[in-house]
Amino acid sequence: MRELFLALLAGDGVHGYELKQALEQEFGALLPALNAGQIYSTLARLERDGLVVGESVEGDNRRKRVYGLTEAGRAELARWIAAPVPGTRLKDEFFMKFAVLASAGLANPRTLIDGQRREYMQSLRDLDAVLAANGNGAAAELLVEGAVLHLKADLEWLELIEERMTP
Amino acid sequence: MTCVLEARSLTKTYDTGGVEVDALRGVDLAVQRGEFVAIMGPSGCGKSTLLNLLAGLDRPTAGEVLLDGERIDELSETELARLRRSKVGFVFQFFNLVPTLSAVENVELPLLLVGRRRREARRSANALMGDLGIGDKHGTAPLLLSGGQQQRVALARALVNEPAIVLGDEPTGNLDSAATREVLGLLRAARDRGQTVLVVTHDSRVAAAADRIVTLRDGRVAEAAALEPPRPVTLPFES
Repeated sequence: MRELFLALLAGDGVHGYELKQALEQEFGALLPALNAGQIYSTLARLERDGLVVGESVEGDNRRKRVYGLTEAGRAELARWIAAPVPGTRLKDEFFMKFAVLASAGLANPRTLIDGQRREYMQSLRDLDAVLAANGNGAAAELLVEGAVLHLKADLEWLELIEERMTP
Repeated sequence: MTCVLEARSLTKTYDTGGVEVDALRGVDLAVQRGEFVAIMGPSGCGKSTLLNLLAGLDRPTAGEVLLDGERIDELSETELARLRRSKVGFVFQFFNLVPTLSAVENVELPLLLVGRRRREARRSANALMGDLGIGDKHGTAPLLLSGGQQQRVALARALVNEPAIVLGDEPTGNLDSAATREVLGLLRAARDRGQTVLVVTHDSRVAAAADRIVTLRDGRVAEAAALEPPRPVTLPFES
């Protein structure tokens, strides 16, 4: 979220609630309920780290704070823009759990696989329901399509695990 | 709930030139009215055999099949054909539309086969095609339609005589992801209107649309899992 905030603050003079609006516009119903506290605590941390600077301005009748990037913030944003996001490698909570439990004889491998498959199928159903409810933005739609493809790969992998590691 | 389709200890052995192959080894399955069930499993697990037996297209070596409470494994070919026409709708991977008939003529076919009047049949077919979003395709020849549209026509044909159950054999096997979504939406809508749906599929996305997934392995039911209504999905944002 830090880097997303830096990108959204690149325009300077941005209010905290505008950050929330920008995220909502991009991700729609997929965005969890963000409370103002979460937004402002992230901003406070960025400010403490010297990446963001807040400035009080005279509002209608309340004092408001607007935020922008410092020199260090711009450098950090430029670095983030230039660097590709690392690909996921060797990170699978289920398989680590499965391998350890199976070798220790603490659980039935097939039961673990069946349970995991049910969870993946349910997740697929959850995601399909999001796609079926029209009115998602293009970004949200692509995010869900991506998650569906990942789940299908996970399910295929589960087949492979089952083939090789169950008696 | 009432049981629309039931398999009891179904076994099927094929004799392939002196070698006996057990395709099904005692399958029990009960499909309730208004349920959407998906049958999954690796190739050769017996899922197509099971579908053929449930549809009365083939006979079991042992065991019983009950459709709407009636034993169908002992019926004559004529009786089976009559029962299929009135109580079963089929959707196939390759649509199986009659290429020389227009879309609406394909849809009204099951009604004409059970003796409905031509005008009445045409009216029902037109209305259903409208509901399925292909109201403007009545007169079009199937081959001029996209895959998704052809499957909608096939679905209309399967639903038109309000069968007790709609059976699908890889109904989205030949469709791209957008058309798959449409067909899944229509199957779910049919279920929501009280139709019973059973599909055989290897596509996890199709199975995830069902209320219950039955997995076959080596001719037996290995697992039956009920799915819950969809849970809310949100991004895992951390501040």
